[in-house]
Amino acid sequence: MTDLTLRGRSLDKGAVSRWLQDYGVFAAVAALLVFNILFTDNFLSAANFRTQLVQAAPICIVALGMALVIGTEGVDLSVGSVMALSAALVPLYLGYGVVPAILAALVAGLAVGLLNGVLVAYIGIQPIVATLALLVGGRGLALVIAHGQLVDIRDPDMLTLGSGEILGIPIMVVVAAVLSLLIWLLVGRTTFGRRLVAIGDNRTASTLAGLPVRRVLVGVYVICGVLAAAAGVLATARLGAGDPANTGLLMELSAITAVVVGGTPLSGGKVRILGTIFGALLMQLLRATLIKNDLPDSTAQMVQAAVIILAVYVARERGTR
Amino acid sequence: MSAPTPASSPATDPESGSTPRPDADPVDGATPAPTEPAEPTGPASSPQVRQQLFASLLQRQGAAAALILVLAISWVTLPRFGSTENMRDIALQSSFLAIIALGMTFVIITGGIDLSVGSVYALGGVLAAYGAQSGVLMALLLPLAVCGAIGLVNGLLVARLGLPPFIVTLASLLFARGLLLAITSEGSKTRTISDSSFLSLGRDSFLGLGLPVWFAIVLCLIGGLVLRRTRFGESVFATGGAEQSALLMGLPVVRVKVTVYALSGLLAGFAGALTAAYLQSGVTVIGVGVELDAIAAVVIGGTLLSGGAGTVLGTVVGVLLRNVISNVINQIGGLDSNYQSVISGAFLLLVVVVQRLLSQARPRRRR
Repeated sequence: MTDLTLRGRSLDKGAVSRWLQDYGVFAAVAALLVFNILFTDNFLSAANFRTQLVQAAPICIVALGMALVIGTEGVDLSVGSVMALSAALVPLYLGYGVVPAILAALVAGLAVGLLNGVLVAYIGIQPIVATLALLVGGRGLALVIAHGQLVDIRDPDMLTLGSGEILGIPIMVVVAAVLSLLIWLLVGRTTFGRRLVAIGDNRTASTLAGLPVRRVLVGVYVICGVLAAAAGVLATARLGAGDPANTGLLMELSAITAVVVGGTPLSGGKVRILGTIFGALLMQLLRATLIKNDLPDSTAQMVQAAVIILAVYVARERGTR
Repeated sequence: MSAPTPASSPATDPESGSTPRPDADPVDGATPAPTEPAEPTGPASSPQVRQQLFASLLQRQGAAAALILVLAISWVTLPRFGSTENMRDIALQSSFLAIIALGMTFVIITGGIDLSVGSVYALGGVLAAYGAQSGVLMALLLPLAVCGAIGLVNGLLVARLGLPPFIVTLASLLFARGLLLAITSEGSKTRTISDSSFLSLGRDSFLGLGLPVWFAIVLCLIGGLVLRRTRFGESVFATGGAEQSALLMGLPVVRVKVTVYALSGLLAGFAGALTAAYLQSGVTVIGVGVELDAIAAVVIGGTLLSGGAGTVLGTVVGVLLRNVISNVINQIGGLDSNYQSVISGAFLLLVVVVQRLLSQARPRRRR
């Protein structure tokens, strides 16, 4: 958080990078929109904007949880696998009704988050490693549950969740907006939010100040797990099938990038929710731009890699290691 | 990542500044290569010290003990396990992962991590298949050059720009996979290899063991010697142990970091080339999740993820343990192949938890 760096940087450069960090994501989203409106065919239509927002919804929901975790100077690599678990569990419990199916998925996300949190907070394992184990194990478990198969969903209520509308706005977008608002309130208006930021800023000082550091950390990983599970449910509903092999693949990378691009430093101590939402939009727009201009998947991956590096490079100024 | 917080500096640690601990790691001193810690001097008989010694012994030799145990049990209970054929198979399967994990060992000892090795490994194989069209030399040079360059860029981004290793290497995981897809028409084209002298690198045997096994043995021997007997090796330990001190001592920390990431890329590319020679083609779908296998093997072998300590021999034991277990799973049969990744994840978790609990039993490792 400190602006004191050992490198002698000129004031100008510092100011530029600080501006980029704070407003770069909004500028980038605006620039991509302008580019697409000018050069991409059929971009400027209500239907297309709706599609973009719907597709950004799962990334946004996962990124919200990731923003909280990164705010505590942690990281959660298991989010993609939690989405896969949702994709495996929803079809399995759909026989009992839509609500039990969604609950089952959310409970699985909660359990994974709890495990992550306990490993990080109570046992003291680095977040990368603790969540890496679940990144691999979680998807394996999802594939075992679903016997490695894609399961079609026929339940009309579940399908409505993915394609229905409320007052002309897709349900997925409404859910993402409500969750964004809740997380924004959680960070800005509650004791929990303040403690979370304090822990990310200086964990030792927080401990010495008597904050329940471990409980807050577990809470943060649980929220992240549940949000990832919710995103998995939405993605499954949207797809109309439970696909544990592909749902949420590389989502951890998109979510981390969305958070970092949005101005939340990896060194913790600061959470920017609005930036994260725009970060998620940016990731989606970037992908859409590449696809709509007929660039193959391979190029899309390489461009994404470059954007990630650029984002952490810009974010590094504020004490990121 | 886990930089030491200011408050845990030596000043607040009542343990530091006392006499050298009897259980000092053999690796963090200037002593060349003792395999066992020096006989405890001073208050050696106190139960606390004995407990610490036990913990450090378990951490360093636990993997070897587990390997022997698993080997013994499988040998007795599974009829086909002990056959020469099966043993040869395990050695061959382990050789590719061992070469990758060797590079990972160096990276992790400096306190970093390399998540790109799986993609780089696959890319190395595909490039070798391309290069093999113009002879064995190109089949080796092309993957080594490209994969080494990716590792070099990783190292520069981590060391020069100070970006977090896991983000940088996660990005290059994407990049390498993208590059692989780009040169194979989005993964739809698998190039077969016909150059016989290149194929023999992966398929021939010497003294009953496949050539990849010999490559792995030689590389691990060299790696172990470099780590233990050279100035570079000591700098690697110093960088991971206390980066600030290493910097202040005038060690070339940046160069060391760049070198280990470049080395990791080179070795992953070489393992990919050997795999291509073994499989007779550049298979595009291999290598997913290999980074986790390599990290798990390194950690199981007693290398600390926080950096500053570790051995090549431990990594080799970790690789063997992993492949023996997966061999046993295959032999039992009837198990969903997806259980492999569940077990890998659970095993990694178990190991880091045990390692963490053990290192808490040794005050000098407390952050």
